[in-house]
Amino acid sequence: MATMIKTENLKYAYPVEEGEKQTFALRGVDLEIEKGSFVVVLGHNGSGKSTLAKTFNGVLLPAGGKVYVEGMDTCDENLLLAIRQRVGMVFQNPDNQIVANVVEEDVAFAPENLGVPTEEIRKRVDDALKAVGMSEFVRHAPHLLSGGQKQRIAIAGVIAMEPACIVLDEATAMLDPIGRQEVLSTVHRLNREKGITVILITHHMNEAEEADRVIVMDDGMVAMDGSPRQVFTQVDALRSMGLTVPDTVDLLDRLQKDGLDVPLDALTVEECAGAIAAALRAN
Amino acid sequence: MEPILQIKNLTHTYGIGTPFQRSAVEDMSFDVYSGEFLGIIGHTGSGKSTLIQHLNGLLKPTSGQVLLRGKDIWAEPKKIRDVRFQVGLVFQYPEYQLFEETVYKDIAFGPANMGKRGDELDCCVREAARLVGIRDDQLEKSPFELSGGQKRRVALAGVIAMEPQVLVLDEPTAGLDPAGRENLMANIRDYHRNKHTTVILVSHSMDEIAQNVDRILVLKSAHVLMSGTPAEVFARGQELLAAGLDVPQVTRIAMALRERGLAIDPAVYTVRDLERQLLALRKGGAVC
Amino acid sequence: MLKDITLGQYFPGDTVAHKLDPRTKILLVVLYIAALFSARGVVGYAMMALCLAACVRISRVGLKALVRGLKPVLFIIIFTGILNLFFTPGDRYLLEWGILKISDTGLRNAVFMVVRIMLLIMGTFLMTYTTSPISLTDGLEQLLGGLKRFHVPVHELAMMMSIALRFIPTLIEETDKIMSAQKARGADFESGNLMQKAKALIPILVPLFISAFRRADELAVAMECRCYHGGEGRTKLHVLKYERRDYIALALGVLVVAAVLVLRHMGL
Repeated sequence: MATMIKTENLKYAYPVEEGEKQTFALRGVDLEIEKGSFVVVLGHNGSGKSTLAKTFNGVLLPAGGKVYVEGMDTCDENLLLAIRQRVGMVFQNPDNQIVANVVEEDVAFAPENLGVPTEEIRKRVDDALKAVGMSEFVRHAPHLLSGGQKQRIAIAGVIAMEPACIVLDEATAMLDPIGRQEVLSTVHRLNREKGITVILITHHMNEAEEADRVIVMDDGMVAMDGSPRQVFTQVDALRSMGLTVPDTVDLLDRLQKDGLDVPLDALTVEECAGAIAAALRAN
Repeated sequence: MEPILQIKNLTHTYGIGTPFQRSAVEDMSFDVYSGEFLGIIGHTGSGKSTLIQHLNGLLKPTSGQVLLRGKDIWAEPKKIRDVRFQVGLVFQYPEYQLFEETVYKDIAFGPANMGKRGDELDCCVREAARLVGIRDDQLEKSPFELSGGQKRRVALAGVIAMEPQVLVLDEPTAGLDPAGRENLMANIRDYHRNKHTTVILVSHSMDEIAQNVDRILVLKSAHVLMSGTPAEVFARGQELLAAGLDVPQVTRIAMALRERGLAIDPAVYTVRDLERQLLALRKGGAVC
Repeated sequence: MLKDITLGQYFPGDTVAHKLDPRTKILLVVLYIAALFSARGVVGYAMMALCLAACVRISRVGLKALVRGLKPVLFIIIFTGILNLFFTPGDRYLLEWGILKISDTGLRNAVFMVVRIMLLIMGTFLMTYTTSPISLTDGLEQLLGGLKRFHVPVHELAMMMSIALRFIPTLIEETDKIMSAQKARGADFESGNLMQKAKALIPILVPLFISAFRRADELAVAMECRCYHGGEGRTKLHVLKYERRDYIALALGVLVVAAVLVLRHMGL
């Protein structure tokens, strides 16, 4: 399968004051992200997950190792613009990504930068707003929208570049549950219907339930990498890294330790209830 | 228990007389008892943010009353600042309001405004810092040198230092990772237990509320939908779901188990309780 | 509380005034100001007032909104009026009271000055009420485009202006939040003398400034991630194009200036 992003022994250290010891936020990460996949990167604050995201489109450049986007080296200055058109990024603070005070102007920002002809910009703006379900807000003022709506506008602004991949750097952290749901269903739909690779950085475990792949970062390295079922069932390991497991897995883990024959990977409420009921009947 | 705060028929309307007129809070009435840990839950738009700003007199009611220990807080409008020292309010993302040169001075802002000086002031500041887990050596640092989580604790200490009788916290764990959330909530629980202050926790998360409070107030569309102990509220889980609100995941598992014919108490809301019930069922063999 | 500021706000609409190219409107305002300062006599001023009335009618903005714009400068208007009224020397004196003398010239000047300021402000606001901030900056960027040859960073200045305009409501909202949070800790912004009130602003200004810098940082990164690289090679969603109505409007503007100059020459 085609590779979207590849990292080789990626290292990164934030600049420090004179005399202070340098700490590495990323200590040798080797990853390959497949095109069209939906990947969730989990980790506690300080695990390096956000730093990793910022290396994917050259916002941060490696202090050691390499990052390749569709074969392009992010260290090559001449390729940076092309790389950023291929990998778009949505950030945590909804307000600090909005450039214009009319929605359509903001969504048009990226194509304008890329020198796209005017009629084509119009088409891209309308298509992007339709893809995120915000068409009726085309001439609204963005600052009057809710958090979830603002983030969807930000996503539209990125899609208007027609990227191959979208990275969401803790984009749901400042949203309420409704806003979070809006953003998640939007990116899942984009992944399914348009084949856009999605990399979601978060510390909310439940956002990983429907991912293709879950990567858990800890202390600047990849600690776990697999399907949601493979990762969530490692209850004790996750706890030791300062993460939680969904209550479904927590319950199943306790029951298993109590001697009940239940699987650990029944993640959803329905699967969990079904597994418990079946185990009790078998008893 | 005596009610320390009483909200009587509170209504707050924005933009009266303009085409944008709307009531964020409509005819709300409830009591807050002295020393309790109350949770308030509701979506954006339910009136949460407007309501809490009435508790410490930041907003004036369009109609209705707010009584602190039986006395209307607006009886003497010129003395409304005193109310704010007795009902401490910590907003969302409070770390964005830090401004002083040192952590010590920022925490001291509140008590200094109350008129405290010298040893008394020093005492308040150090005690508050201790309660939220700020070390002595951090007191002389600039608040902007600290991490996000530490800054939030400084902001929290700044309100606790006023030694309020009621502490209102608006989404104190917003934006924190799971470990950070658990840490902060443990701190708040300890504070509530040791100081016997009345604590009001406003949150989006049913799970967080369920694990921490004595009583829950559920808001919807500017009204009080229901109130009661967690057991009482979550027993009405179907109603909550129908109103577009969520229930703790554990409660949803219990509901799903009941649908499959298992005799589970619908008011269960912690993993431990559900585990216990299931083990009891296994022993008793009560499955149809 | 602070959200009620309507100064210079844009009221969307579908009138000819709204549809005019922003460059036309900027140039018309320049012509309008030139004409206003050239007017000398009653007829001249009356014509300018009629012009404004016609524009107000076309734009359907509503006289109330325009008059509201005069409120902040009411003090200046009254002050100017009084200065001219009492301290202008003239041939005939209508009233005398110590050093305060009202001459016929003084009375005339006072009325004219007051009318001039009012017409000036209302006319300028009429433009901002019918032109969105984005199109205003677009228009300015185009008009001043010629300065690029002299290494004036026209695009960057226009970008700065439009971002600043976009953040005004956001910063106002944040100021409100910071004020509420500090009030919750007993901050008092009302009482005290001027020094005390100024000191009381520190708990608001420091967090606001720090937040503004952080926003700028994050916004810059977000802009670069959307391939922003300066003004080179940038296209636009909305391209400004002169229509027939723009030429007509500009022609009328020039006519008005000419008429005022003629009237002035005739002593009217």
